[in-house]
Amino acid sequence: MAHKDNGYLSAKESRRISRENKKVTDKLEKQYRRKNVPEDEFLTKLDNPDNALEVRDLHTYFFTDMGVVKSVDGISFDVPIGKTVGIVGESGCGKSVTSLSIMQLLQRPQGQIVSGEIRLNTGDKVYDIAKINAQTVQKLRGRYMSMIFQEPMTSLNPVFRIGDQVDEVLQLHFPGVPLDQIKARTIELLNMAGIANAEGVYRMFPHELSGGMRQRVMIAIALACSPRLIIADEPTTALDVTIQAQILDLLRNLKDKINSSIMLITHDLGVIAEMADYVVVMYSGRIVEQGTAEEIFAHPAHPYTIGLMASKPVVGKKIDKLYSIPGKVPNPVNMPDYCYFRDRCEMKLDRCNGEYPCEINISPTHKVSCYRFYDKKEGE
Amino acid sequence: MRKFIIKRLLLSVLILFFVGFIIYAMMRLLPTSYIENIAYTKSLQPNSKSYEEWMEQLSVTYGMNNGVVGGYFQWIGHAIVGDFGDSWFYTVPVTQKFHETVWLSFVMGLISLIFELIIAIPLGVLAATKQYSKTDYTISVLSFITISFPTFFFASLLKLVFSVNLGWFDLYGLVGRNYDQLSAIGKFFDKANHLVLPIFCLTFLSIGGLMRYTRTNMLEVLNSDYIRTARSKGLSEGTVIYKHAFRNTLIPLVTIVGGSLPGLFSGALITETLFMIPGIGFTSYNAMVAGDIPFSMFYMVFLAILTLLGNLISDILYAVVDPRVRIA
Repeated sequence: MAHKDNGYLSAKESRRISRENKKVTDKLEKQYRRKNVPEDEFLTKLDNPDNALEVRDLHTYFFTDMGVVKSVDGISFDVPIGKTVGIVGESGCGKSVTSLSIMQLLQRPQGQIVSGEIRLNTGDKVYDIAKINAQTVQKLRGRYMSMIFQEPMTSLNPVFRIGDQVDEVLQLHFPGVPLDQIKARTIELLNMAGIANAEGVYRMFPHELSGGMRQRVMIAIALACSPRLIIADEPTTALDVTIQAQILDLLRNLKDKINSSIMLITHDLGVIAEMADYVVVMYSGRIVEQGTAEEIFAHPAHPYTIGLMASKPVVGKKIDKLYSIPGKVPNPVNMPDYCYFRDRCEMKLDRCNGEYPCEINISPTHKVSCYRFYDKKEGE
Repeated sequence: MRKFIIKRLLLSVLILFFVGFIIYAMMRLLPTSYIENIAYTKSLQPNSKSYEEWMEQLSVTYGMNNGVVGGYFQWIGHAIVGDFGDSWFYTVPVTQKFHETVWLSFVMGLISLIFELIIAIPLGVLAATKQYSKTDYTISVLSFITISFPTFFFASLLKLVFSVNLGWFDLYGLVGRNYDQLSAIGKFFDKANHLVLPIFCLTFLSIGGLMRYTRTNMLEVLNSDYIRTARSKGLSEGTVIYKHAFRNTLIPLVTIVGGSLPGLFSGALITETLFMIPGIGFTSYNAMVAGDIPFSMFYMVFLAILTLLGNLISDILYAVVDPRVRIA
């Protein structure tokens, strides 16, 4: 990629880039838009049948006129059935893009899953969402995987009543069920989501509800079909702290009730500590460290994770200034082939100048991508 | 709601009073004066009174001897009880002439509005759903063409191509040469035939704006969070666009179209004049050129009422189609 150092592109270069992009995206779009493909083509096998979701070497790129942005660049993780996996990282590290890739809700045609596998366990079948077409993924969305978004104030359609919006997803995935049963189920769901006066709310418009109430409605919609996987993309960021705790409690209880898994995306370590069984730490589109919550919080291994922990305020500890990781995130266009965190790292070694470090198992569940643990690997 | 409407109507009366005054003052200050013309012609006749004497006499006859402010109040005094006087140019009561001509304009406006809606809204939605595709670019270029063409130029172009070169339609007028010999059905088709070009001209030049408006609104809606929610429910793309997105796009569309409904009665001054269609636009154009104050006053104040009414309708429609808006 002929990218000038000053960060500016000539019109000619920009045209060339957008032409090349179009070639790639057109091909991928065509594949996504195919119709009436036999379902077998999208079926695959799980590595471990106890997982609800397996992501393998996922690459999601954005083909912009500035060049290709590798938002997610080769990540692999599992979401076991009935567990909560937290994904943490700073803004722009690819957390949301990962979740949108799983739902196939990326901003098309710029955003594309380029390679990798996303295996979704629906019970009897396993779908590879990375290669799926639009027609098939529609049947999975809302039914086997659903998503709760960050912004409850704008996530509900302002012109439809709450009841209709919940009914809609039930009617879609359970065609033929009589309307009164659907309505009864909707009211039950609203009750489950902790909405008092569910009958009244059923007939209300979204603007008549508060942010916390709307997020409860979103949760009701997401849980309507008892999905296998619930993706919660910063579900509490826009809410105040008291409501946050209620919503998180609600999510945890409901997850256990319908035995599904949660993939919780957040940058709030407190939320992760409270909710997650497993933690995945992302940085610049890659996973730098993953492990059980206990491993990550008690024995953080990657310097970035250590920095994240250090920059968290601790109750009862008196300090003048909160720690912050020095430097800034590298430019996502044209990532260098060395550890992305190298230039900000305070524990840098000489060997860090080499290529991007591979993943090293510190324990059966704890993996880290850092040169500091290469000795351990060699020692094994 | 009722309080709001009453408040707006009272405000409208106030606005109308001042708008009427401005129009009246401007009509009086226009260089073409109907009375001066008559006085001049009469004074040229042999053994006639002088121009000044004629002017004095005619001013009294036509009620123009009170000055601008006095004249305006005199006009209002009559207008308020529905007496708009006689048209000087057409020599019939203003309301009668209005009644004779407005329906033709209304039919033309209505047909072209229907075509405009049928063409512009689907194209706008299509352009938005296929943003930056060839379809989108084609539609956008088309809409810019229709926005940019001046009416007189486009009408002349149509006449050149379809009337002069191809000879499909008459150059102007509402009826053909042998209209009187035709049967009732023949008369209808003769008129319809003459209205094809004007209506096409009106439609073509108005679709661009609505198309752009639809596209912009649709794009905004398609990028909103609730559309992503709708997709995450597993709805098909068709349902997402035509149920969830289109309902939201309709809000601004309904208000803009609803607001333009009174405008159907206002006629199309330029188009009607170019094609010499005796609608309200062409009629008032002739009246204005001749300096016919009663007719022009009636027409202009009528336009002002339509504009105010249009604004009021679009505000009310906002509350009707958007559940978030409650007018207090």
